[in-house]
Amino acid sequence: MSNVNTPPKAGGFIPRDRLWQPDALTPPYKTSVKRSPQAALLSFPTTLSEETSPVFGHSMLGDLDNDLIHNYAAAGESAIGPRIIVHGRVLDENGRGVPGALLEFWQANAGGRYRHKKESYLAALDPNFGGCGRTITAEDGSYEFRTVQPGPYPWPNGMNDWRPAHIHFSIFGHGFAQRLITQMYFEGDPHIKLCPIVGVLKSQEAVDALTAPLDMNRTVPMDSRAFKFDIVLRGQRQTYFENRKEGL
Amino acid sequence: MTQKLDYLRESPSQTAGPYVHIGCTPNFTGIDIYGGDLGTSMKTGPVQGTEITIKGTVFDGTGTPLRDAMVEIWQPDAAGLFPSANETRGTPDPNFTGWGRSPGDMSTGEFTFETVKPGAVPFPDGRMQAPHITAWIVARGINIGLHTRIYFEDEPEANAADPILSRIEHQNRIPTLLARKQDDGSYRFDVHLQGPNETIFFDI
Repeated sequence: MSNVNTPPKAGGFIPRDRLWQPDALTPPYKTSVKRSPQAALLSFPTTLSEETSPVFGHSMLGDLDNDLIHNYAAAGESAIGPRIIVHGRVLDENGRGVPGALLEFWQANAGGRYRHKKESYLAALDPNFGGCGRTITAEDGSYEFRTVQPGPYPWPNGMNDWRPAHIHFSIFGHGFAQRLITQMYFEGDPHIKLCPIVGVLKSQEAVDALTAPLDMNRTVPMDSRAFKFDIVLRGQRQTYFENRKEGL
Repeated sequence: MTQKLDYLRESPSQTAGPYVHIGCTPNFTGIDIYGGDLGTSMKTGPVQGTEITIKGTVFDGTGTPLRDAMVEIWQPDAAGLFPSANETRGTPDPNFTGWGRSPGDMSTGEFTFETVKPGAVPFPDGRMQAPHITAWIVARGINIGLHTRIYFEDEPEANAADPILSRIEHQNRIPTLLARKQDDGSYRFDVHLQGPNETIFFDI
């Protein structure tokens, strides 16, 4: 049988570009020094173990899961801080939207304080702000959530290091090989270029890829500003040769 | 000049930071918004196969246990089928999720997974892989999540024939990938980020 009119099949995942992604050992970010593997990573093509992934259905989401302004607030109350919408799309390296992707996000409050017992910054907790939310992308890979803009905060690394305002993201795609955690920064934040954690990124292009621009088109007048943050997960190779043995 | 390849670049990774538990296991940190933490249980009813417990600790290069890590595992059911939307080889155990997530114990950092012994899964060339579980580790100080695999010490024949284990140059490091049966019947799988017993991590 000829394969001529058979559409290409999704193959294994495109290798992760380790020259683009941060290295494990980045001494200015001190905690990495004793937590970075030193041996070379073992590379091999993805197998079913990495090309499959758990499934998360929209039905698991609560109404306020993507509303950090209200999901921890007392009835009739809301979190304090600049009201923002964060929205964008989850895409793969081939430029296709990734539907059904679970996004989990967490952040400090508007004063730069996390709700965590190990957090020691003196900024006040907001009784109406928990600091986490989640959503699942739509058919076109789009997502959005509402929150307050987090504040920058000091952290123990150098004697006077401050994190730029940021939101953490955890993302599931369709294969466990796509699993990713990253951070979103805000356009114009002067702390971005000073931060040792941002500093693990290897190029200005990589920093830009994590910096969300103000998106006036998506603001809600007299309510919320908006920032747009697209996320790119690894893509899959397309192949006609579904029966070809992929040896090492 | 040529046309441009218009592929996108994968978003750069950043550390999960010290507060990953707020985002991924909020109930563990006392924030009850979702009614429970995802990945706490891998079983939604009676499961097929052999039920097992895997415990372990993530250690840094000084031998200090990490207490701010998050470990996730992903595996097939006892028959080797994944509870994944793209599993085409058969119907997986409906009571098994295949995915677990642990924030570790609050004081010791030890993680625990109650799961089933995974069935074998083929390699892309058709050879069978030894039973294994995919593990992914993130924490403060880890710039990009670390992939590794949990194989089983009590599967010596399957391990010897495994397409990946058999091609590892430093065969003396393979024990870092083996879960060991303990006296209480559970398996132990410690992760060493650095040092003489550094776990083999995968670029996968």
